[in-house]
Amino acid sequence: MPQHVTTQNVTIHNSFGKLLPYFLVGTGFGIVATKSQIISWYRMQEMFRFHSFHMFGIISSAIVVGAISVWLIKKLQTRHLGGEVIQMSTRVPGDGYRFWIGGSIFGLGWGLAGACPGPIFALLGNGIVGAAVLLVSALLGTWTYAVLRPYLPH
Amino acid sequence: MQDLLHEPWPWYIAGPLIGLLVPTLLLIGGKQFGISSNLKHICSAILPKKPDFLRYDWRAVGSWNLVFAAGIFTGGFIASRWLQGGTSIQVAEATQQALTRIGFDMRSIGLVPVELFSLGSLLSLRGFVAVVVGGFLVGFGARYADGCTSGHAISGLSDLQPTSLLAVVGFFAGGLFATHVILPLLMS
Repeated sequence: MPQHVTTQNVTIHNSFGKLLPYFLVGTGFGIVATKSQIISWYRMQEMFRFHSFHMFGIISSAIVVGAISVWLIKKLQTRHLGGEVIQMSTRVPGDGYRFWIGGSIFGLGWGLAGACPGPIFALLGNGIVGAAVLLVSALLGTWTYAVLRPYLPH
Repeated sequence: MQDLLHEPWPWYIAGPLIGLLVPTLLLIGGKQFGISSNLKHICSAILPKKPDFLRYDWRAVGSWNLVFAAGIFTGGFIASRWLQGGTSIQVAEATQQALTRIGFDMRSIGLVPVELFSLGSLLSLRGFVAVVVGGFLVGFGARYADGCTSGHAISGLSDLQPTSLLAVVGFFAGGLFATHVILPLLMS
């Protein structure tokens, strides 16, 4: 892979050894997402109808564990394996339009298609052919946003 | 052990494991858990003529994320091939009744409903709107909101970002409208 890239910086970041951990962590997520059924269209319906605690329990316990971890990492000024102090990027609020308008548009798609981006990749791995249609449509949506971006309120 | 193979993993196991993705990615390389950026990286990689938003060095910014997504794909494959994933999807009795009422066959369900995802359905209005338009809105909305469920609901809220809370409220507002208003109309 390194022979395709030009700058030394990119070579360092993209070496096999540097990228392998992300692959393994992603694999773990794909297994958990499949086995907890959060990639199922029906589970999203169950959530949006408030018929089960399953999805809400997963999302909220994930946030609690994530929040405690981030708090600790910031408090201890932890360094990552590359040696630098870990920093979280803060989104610029702007006028805030993008978050609630963009969020609601995303939510419409999430409710209809029953999958957000992570599950699309997991569904593909599960051999769900329709997920390929979801992926291509989502790419079209991303491209359309990129084209319309200058004209949208953010 | 057998139960872990046959039964859906409970929320109190899956949720904390997903939460641990946040510090794991931060500790490995200071990366923030998020998946929808991959859609942007793929567009940047494959489009011949690109709007400004897609002109950046996707290899430098996005390689880790694309590899992470390839891992998610592989995890899905492993789970379905060897861990009986995608079988015995369980949903609440009330959900089964509600979906039966609007025309879904709930006797044997997989990960996605044939009523929307089969080839024949995709060519019908209801399948086209749910899957093609739905997928389009997921891609469009995620980039517009600068994040999806992983980036805003998990990463952003873990970092107590107010903008993420705003986005997540939007996610649910949209999802509720799609579920309770659009889906019944599509199925009627």
